Amino acid sequence: MVKEPNPQFAIEVSQTPGGETLSLCFQCGTCTGSCPSGRLTSYRTRKLIRKAQLGLEKDVLESPDLWMCTTCYACQERCPRGVEIVDIINVLRNKAVKQGVMSGEHIKVGNYLLQNGATVPLNEKYEAVREELGLSRRPANVLGDKKALEDFQKILKATGFDKLLEEKK
Amino acid sequence: MNLNKKYALFLGCVAPARYPGIEAATREVCKTVGLDLVELEGAGCCPAPGVIKSFDQDTWLAIAARNLALAEKQGADILTICNGCYGSLYDAAHILNGDAERLSAVNKILSEVGMEYKGTTQVRHFAELLYKEITPENVKAKTKTPLDIKVAVHYGCHFLKPSKIKELDDPERPRILDEIVEATGATNLDYRDKQMCCGAGGGVRSGNPELATKFTVEKLKSMKSAGAQYIIDVCPFCHLQFDRTQKDVQGYDLPVIHLAQLLGLAFGVPASKLGMDYQEVPAKF
Repeated sequence: MVKEPNPQFAIEVSQTPGGETLSLCFQCGTCTGSCPSGRLTSYRTRKLIRKAQLGLEKDVLESPDLWMCTTCYACQERCPRGVEIVDIINVLRNKAVKQGVMSGEHIKVGNYLLQNGATVPLNEKYEAVREELGLSRRPANVLGDKKALEDFQKILKATGFDKLLEEKK
Repeated sequence: MNLNKKYALFLGCVAPARYPGIEAATREVCKTVGLDLVELEGAGCCPAPGVIKSFDQDTWLAIAARNLALAEKQGADILTICNGCYGSLYDAAHILNGDAERLSAVNKILSEVGMEYKGTTQVRHFAELLYKEITPENVKAKTKTPLDIKVAVHYGCHFLKPSKIKELDDPERPRILDEIVEATGATNLDYRDKQMCCGAGGGVRSGNPELATKFTVEKLKSMKSAGAQYIIDVCPFCHLQFDRTQKDVQGYDLPVIHLAQLLGLAFGVPASKLGMDYQEVPAKF
C-alpha cells in the first residue's frame, strides 16, 4: 500500500533524541531476523524502519506493527550499522500518540499512572499479603504517600501528559 | 566489597503491589549480606521504559529524574530489583548525568515541585550489585544447604541491554546471573531461546496480550523440555508474565522464583517470609 510520503518526516525523527541514527540503516534485515515478535507475527522491523526513512508517515504511525515491539533490544544489539532501533521505535510511538493513535488499553495504563503514580495500583488483597509478610500495608513510595503522589501528578501536568490522555477520551 | 555506599531501595510498582514476596526477600537477603538499605521515600513509578516511554519521552525522563533527585538528596545510590525500573532509571541517569542541556530542561519541570537533580545518582540492579560487590564466592559461602533444584535462568531484556551503555556482560551469552544461581547449588539448565524476551514489555502485555502470551509459551516450552522445575528471574514484570500466563495456559507447572527469593532460600530464610506461595503457580519449599 503506497501512501503519500512526507519528506520532512525522516528529518523530524532524526532530530528527536533517540532518532538520530535513522538514516544509517542499509536494510540488511538483521533486525527482522533477530526479532522474537517477528517470529510470531507478520511484523517486520526492517520494513518499519524503511518506511520511516521514506517518510511514509501515515503508514508507519497508523500501523499496528508499531506496537508489536516489546523493546527487547535484540535487533539493536545486533545491528551492524549501530542503528538505535528501539529508540527510533519509541520516537515513532511518541509521534503516533501525539497524533491521537493510542489503544484503549494503553490509555488505561496512562490513566493508572496519572491516578496512582504507578502503572499497577495497590489493592486491599495485596495490602493483606504485604502485612502477612511483615511489610507495611502500603510502602513508603507514592502508593502510600499522598504528598508524593500530588508532586508526581504535578510533574505529569507540567509535561502535558494529562492532556495527552484527555484528548483521546 | 563496596558496601559503604548508601543504597536506597527502589520498589517500583509490580513488586510491592503484586509480588510483595520479592520485596520481603530482598530486605531479608540484604540484611544477611550486610547491605544496609534506606527507603526511597516518596518515589513514584520508574516510569516503565517500554510503555510510558512509548507514550511520551519527555514525561518519562522527568518522572525518572524526580526519582533520581530523591535518592541524590539522601546521598544514596538507587538499588532496583526490577529490569524495567533498572532500564528506565539507568538510562535516564545515563542521559542526564552527561547532558547539561537535557538536565536543565528536566530541572525546569522539577522546579514545579521545588526539586532539582544535579546529575550524581548512580543506579544499580540487585543482581549486578550482588555479582560485583558480594560475588558468587560469598554467595556460596553463605549458602546453608545447597539447593537441590533444576532451574532455567531468565535474564530478561533491560537488565543487560542496551549493552553499549550498561556494559555488564555479553548480551548474547551472559554468565553473571548463571554464576550467582550456580553458587546456591541449584542445577542450572541450558535451554533454547534463553535470551528471548518474556513478551510483557513495550506495552505488549497491556496492548496485545495474545502476542505476549505467545512469547511466554515459547519460553515455557523450551524451559520445560530442558527439564526445568523452576524459572529464576530478576524482574517482577517478567515474573508476573510467567506466573499469570500459566493461569490461562495449563500444563507447564513452572513456578517463578526471583533471585532475591532464591538467595533467601539458600541463606536459610524461612520460605514463609519469601512469599512464593501467594503466586498463581506457588513455589513450595
